[in-house]
Amino acid sequence: MAFARSRQALAVTGVLGLALGVAACGTGNDKKSDKAGSAECAAYEKYQGHDGKKVSIYSSIRDIEDERLQQSWKEFEDCTGIEIDHEGSGEFEAQLPVRVDGGNAPDIAFIPQPGLLKRFVDSGKLKPASADTKAMAEQNYSPDWLKYSTVNGQFYGAPLGSNVKSFVWYSPKTFKEKGWSVPTTWQELIDLSDKIAASGTKPWCAGIESGDATGWPATDWIEDVLLRTGGPEVYDKWTTHGIPFNDPQVATAVNQAGTILKNEKYVNGGFGGVKSIATTSFQEAGAPVLTGKCALHRQASFYANQWAKGTKVAEDGDVFAFYFPAIDPAKGKPVLGGGEFVAAFADRPEIQAVQTYLASGEYANSRAKIGDWVSANKKLDINNVPNPVDKLSVGILQDEKTVFRFDGSDLMPAAVGAGTFWKGMVAWINGKDTTTVLNDIEGSWK
Amino acid sequence: MTTATPTVGTGVQPAAPLTRAARVRKRLNSRTATIVSIVLALLWTIPTFGLFVSSFRPENQIKTTGWWTFFRDPQFTFQNYQDVLFSSGSSGQLASYFINSLAITIPSVLFPIAFASLAAYALAWINFRGRDWLYIGIFALQIVPLQMALVPLLRFFSTGVTIAGVQVLPAWDLVDEQKFAQVWFAHTCFALPFAVYLLHNFISQLPGDLMEAARVDGATHPKIFRTIVLPLITPALAAIGIFQFLWVWNDLLVALIFAGGGDETAPLTVRLAELAGTRGNEWQRLTAGAFVSIVVPLIVFLSLQRYFVRGLLAGSVKG
Amino acid sequence: MEFDFAAEQPKFLMLMYGLIAFVAVVGGLLLLLDVVPTWFARRREAQLVAVAAGGGPAPRRRKPREGAFAFFFLLPTLLLLTVGLVIPAVRTTLLSFMDSGSTEWVGLDNYAWMFAEDSIVRVLLNTLVWVLLVPLLASAFGLIYAVLVDKARFESAAKSLIFLPMAISFVGAAIIWKFVYAYRGDGQEQIGLLNQIVVSLGGEPKQWLLDSPLNTLLLIVIMIWIQAGFAMVVLSAAIKAIPADIIEAARLDGTTAWQMFWRITMPSIRPALIVVVVTISIATLKVFDIVRTATNGNYDTSVIANEMYNQAFRYGENGQGSALAVFLFVLVLPLVIYQIRNLRKQREG
Repeated sequence: MAFARSRQALAVTGVLGLALGVAACGTGNDKKSDKAGSAECAAYEKYQGHDGKKVSIYSSIRDIEDERLQQSWKEFEDCTGIEIDHEGSGEFEAQLPVRVDGGNAPDIAFIPQPGLLKRFVDSGKLKPASADTKAMAEQNYSPDWLKYSTVNGQFYGAPLGSNVKSFVWYSPKTFKEKGWSVPTTWQELIDLSDKIAASGTKPWCAGIESGDATGWPATDWIEDVLLRTGGPEVYDKWTTHGIPFNDPQVATAVNQAGTILKNEKYVNGGFGGVKSIATTSFQEAGAPVLTGKCALHRQASFYANQWAKGTKVAEDGDVFAFYFPAIDPAKGKPVLGGGEFVAAFADRPEIQAVQTYLASGEYANSRAKIGDWVSANKKLDINNVPNPVDKLSVGILQDEKTVFRFDGSDLMPAAVGAGTFWKGMVAWINGKDTTTVLNDIEGSWK
Repeated sequence: MTTATPTVGTGVQPAAPLTRAARVRKRLNSRTATIVSIVLALLWTIPTFGLFVSSFRPENQIKTTGWWTFFRDPQFTFQNYQDVLFSSGSSGQLASYFINSLAITIPSVLFPIAFASLAAYALAWINFRGRDWLYIGIFALQIVPLQMALVPLLRFFSTGVTIAGVQVLPAWDLVDEQKFAQVWFAHTCFALPFAVYLLHNFISQLPGDLMEAARVDGATHPKIFRTIVLPLITPALAAIGIFQFLWVWNDLLVALIFAGGGDETAPLTVRLAELAGTRGNEWQRLTAGAFVSIVVPLIVFLSLQRYFVRGLLAGSVKG
Repeated sequence: MEFDFAAEQPKFLMLMYGLIAFVAVVGGLLLLLDVVPTWFARRREAQLVAVAAGGGPAPRRRKPREGAFAFFFLLPTLLLLTVGLVIPAVRTTLLSFMDSGSTEWVGLDNYAWMFAEDSIVRVLLNTLVWVLLVPLLASAFGLIYAVLVDKARFESAAKSLIFLPMAISFVGAAIIWKFVYAYRGDGQEQIGLLNQIVVSLGGEPKQWLLDSPLNTLLLIVIMIWIQAGFAMVVLSAAIKAIPADIIEAARLDGTTAWQMFWRITMPSIRPALIVVVVTISIATLKVFDIVRTATNGNYDTSVIANEMYNQAFRYGENGQGSALAVFLFVLVLPLVIYQIRNLRKQREG
C-alpha cells in the first residue's frame, strides 16, 4: 500500500508537476485517474500522462457489443485518466464521410473497410499512426493484416477485432442422429449435400437480405470460392483490379458457387426456392438448421450471435461450425475474413496512446475475456476466449498454414464493393446469368 | 372521437351557416356511404393493426406464423416492449432519449412557425419589389434534398464561416446537450420553405378590406400582424405545427448528423434504429419499437386534430 | 426503472434557453418593429407640425418604410434559408460538374453518365412513375374518401384512421408494409398478409418485392397509404367550407350528385386540391426512406433520392450524387412555373 502510494505520488508529480498534483489529490470533480499508481495499473504506465483528456471514437459497434467494448477499456480509462467517448451507429459507413467532410471528424474511427480507409487517406483526412503504434502493431499482427491499413507505404492503424468468414454452420445433434460426418474436402461437402438432398431435405439455406447492405453475404460466398479455385494471387489481383472483374477465373468461381447457391435441389431449405435467398434476411437465414429443415449454412463466425436465445453453440451442442473446405489442397488453407482498423483523424498524443493500447496484447485479452470477440492479435491467449466458435476462429487465425485474405468487397472502391457487387449478386440470385452480372460490375469499376 | 356529427369547425366561417350546412348534409347521410367509409378506414388500418398485434407476440411466433393466427391461438407477451424499453442493462435510458426528443422537437417546431409566418405576411401584404420572385424562390427551395445540405451545414457549425481567409463567424464548438441548438437550427432551415408556402397560401387569402381598414386607421405592419393576422391564422399555425412536429419527431437523418448518437442528445428515433439495427431484422423488436415511437405523435395528432382540420381548411378557401 | 433526474437537468436547462431565445428573437423583432417606427412617426409628426407651421410641402416617405418592414419581417427566414439551403444548393450544383473527390472539373460528364448508364435511366423512369402516380392516386383517394365520409356517420373516427399513417415515420411505414409483403416458401405457413390472402384463394405465394415493375407499384402503395390521409383531411375541410346556401340552391335545382360534384364541389375546392397535389408531388420527388428500407433500390426499384444518397454518401461519388440532386431541381420546375402562373392570376384578380 505504501509502495502504491509513493508510486502514485511519483507519477503525479513527475507528470503534472507539484502544483497540479496537489489539485489532483484534492476532490476534483473532473474524472481523474485516482488509481493511476495502483498495482493493477502498472501495465498502463506507458500510456499515462494524459490525465483528463478526451478521445472520441466512432464505429459501427452498438448495443450489447458497445457495452462490452466500453467495459474492455474501462481499466485503461481508470488508470490513464483518458476518457474514451464511444459512439456506435448503424449508419456508420454513410455518416462517417459526412462528419469528416463537415469538419466534425471523430478522433478515432474503427473502419471495417480498407477501401474506405484508403479513400480518407487519399483525401488527406487520416493521420498516419505513430511510431509506437506501428511498433506495437508489427509485434502483434502478421504482415498479411498490416498491409490492409498501409497506403503508399504509410501505416494508418492496427487491426482490432477480426472475424473468420470461411465457416459452414451445422447442427452437431442432427449430424449425429443422421450419421452424417463433417466434410473436410470439397468433394465430401458435395457428396453430403447430395445425400441430404436425396433424403428429401434441401441441404443448404442462405439469405442475403441485409437492409441497405443487401447482397453482401453472396459476395462473401464468391470471394470464399474464388480464394479456393483461383488461389490467393488471383484473388489479390482481382480485388485490386489487376485482372478485370469479369475475368474467366472469376466466372469459374461464381459458377462454382452457383452449383450450390443456384441449385434448386440444394436451396433454400426452410424458405423456398433459389430466389427466396434474395429476400431472406441473413440474420434468420440459418434458423432452419436448428429445426432440421436445412443442414448447412455458410456464414461468418459472428453468426454465433444470431442463434435464438438458449441455443448451445458448441461442438457437442445445438449448432457449431466447420471450416469451409478447400477445393484444391495444393493451394493451402485459404481463409476469408474481415475486421476493423483503428484509424485516427487527429494526432494528439492521447489519441496515439489509445491507438497503441488498442493494438496491444493486453487489450486483446481484456476484450476477449468479456466474450464474443475474435482478433488476429498474436498475443491473444486462446484460453481467454470463452466461446467455442471464437476459439475455433482464433485457432484458424493463429494457424501458420492459414492463408488469410480480407473480404474483397471491403477492399474494392465502395461504388463497386458496396454498390454494384452487392446489387449484382442480388440480380444473380434473382436469375441473371453470370456473364452479364460480371460484365455489369466490371463496367462500373472506373 | 365517436360522435356522429361533423364537429369540425370551419375556421373563419361564422357558426350559423355551419349548422345549416350540417342540416343539409344530414339529409344526405346515407347508409352506404357510412359502410363504405368505415370499411375503407378499417382496411387502411389493417397493416398497422397487424404490427400492433405482432408486437405482443413472442419472437418465434412472429417469425413462423401470421399475426392473424393470434386470434386462434393467443400467445401474449410484453417481452418485446421489455426488450425495447429496458434492454441491455441500460434501464431508464429510454426515458432519457425521450426527453432528448422533446428538447429537440419543441424549439424546432416554434422557430420555423414564427419565422415563416412573419415572412409569409411580408410576402403577402407588404408591397416591395421582387416579392413574387422571392416567394417563388422560397417555394422552389422545398426540393433541395436534405441530404445535400448536411455537409455544408455541418461545416458551418464546426468550422464557422471564412470569407477570403477572414473568419467571419466562429465555429460553434458545442458539446453534449448544447448540440440541441444545432439540431434546432437545422430543422428550422429545412422546415421554412414548406411552412412559408402553406402560410402564404393562407395569409394571402385573408380579406383585404380588413387590412385596408387597419391601414387607414394608421396601424403599422407589426401591429396588423400581431392584432389582426395572428389571431386569424392560429388554426393554420396549429396545422403546420402538427406537420412540423410529426416530421421532427420522426426524423432520423438530421438528428444523426447534428445531435450525434450519445444519450446526451440523441432522440428516440436514433435509439430505436440502433435497437432494431444491431441484430438486424428482428421483427419482435421492430414491432414494439415502432409502436413506442408512434405513440407520442399519435397523441399529439388526436388531441390537436380539430385545429389541424380547421387550419388547413381556412387556408385553402377564400374567406 | 431508475431514472436520474439530475442528469437530465442540463437538457431542460438547454430547452429553456431555447425557449428564451425564441421569445427574445421573435418578441424582440416585433417589439423593435413596433417601437422604432412609432418613434420615427412621432418625429415626423413633429416635423410635419414644424413644416406646417413653416408652410412648406409635407414630406412623403411611405414607400421606403414599407421595404424596411418587409426586410425585417423576412430577415430571419432569408438568413436561415441562405445558410441552410441556398448555399448547399449552389454547392451541389458546382459539385455536379466535378469529379468524385470534388477536385477537378469534369464538365457535363456526370450528366452524361446519368443518361448513359442503364441502371440510372431506370432510376429516372421509376421516379417519373412515382411522381405521376402518387399525387394522382393519393389525391383521388383522399378526395373520394372526403366526399364519402362527408355523408357518413362516425366521420371523425373514420378520418382519424385514414390519417393515422401520417403519424408514422416513413421508415416505420416501410417496415409495416414489408411485413405485409413478407414471403415464406410454398407449403409453409405464410407470415405476410398478402401472401396469406393469395394462398387462401388457392394461389401460390409470391415474392412481391422481387419482380419489376410490380414491386415499384407495391412501394408506391406505401406512399399513397401515407399521403392519402393528408389529402383527405385537407379536402374534407374544404368541402365542409362550401357555403350551405350554394348546396341547397343546387339541390333545389335538382342537380344530381354527380353534377353537384363536378359543378360545385370541384371548383370550390380547387385551391385546396392544388395545395394537396403540389405538396404530395414534392414529398414524392424526395422519397427516400421507403425505398431504402423496403428494397434499398434493388430489383429495379431505386428512385433518384435513394440513388443520390448511395452515390454521394456510400460510394463517395460526390459528382454523380450531386448531378442526380440537380436533376431533382429540374423536375420540380414545372411545379414552379405553375406556381408563378397561379400567383400572377391571383395578383390580377
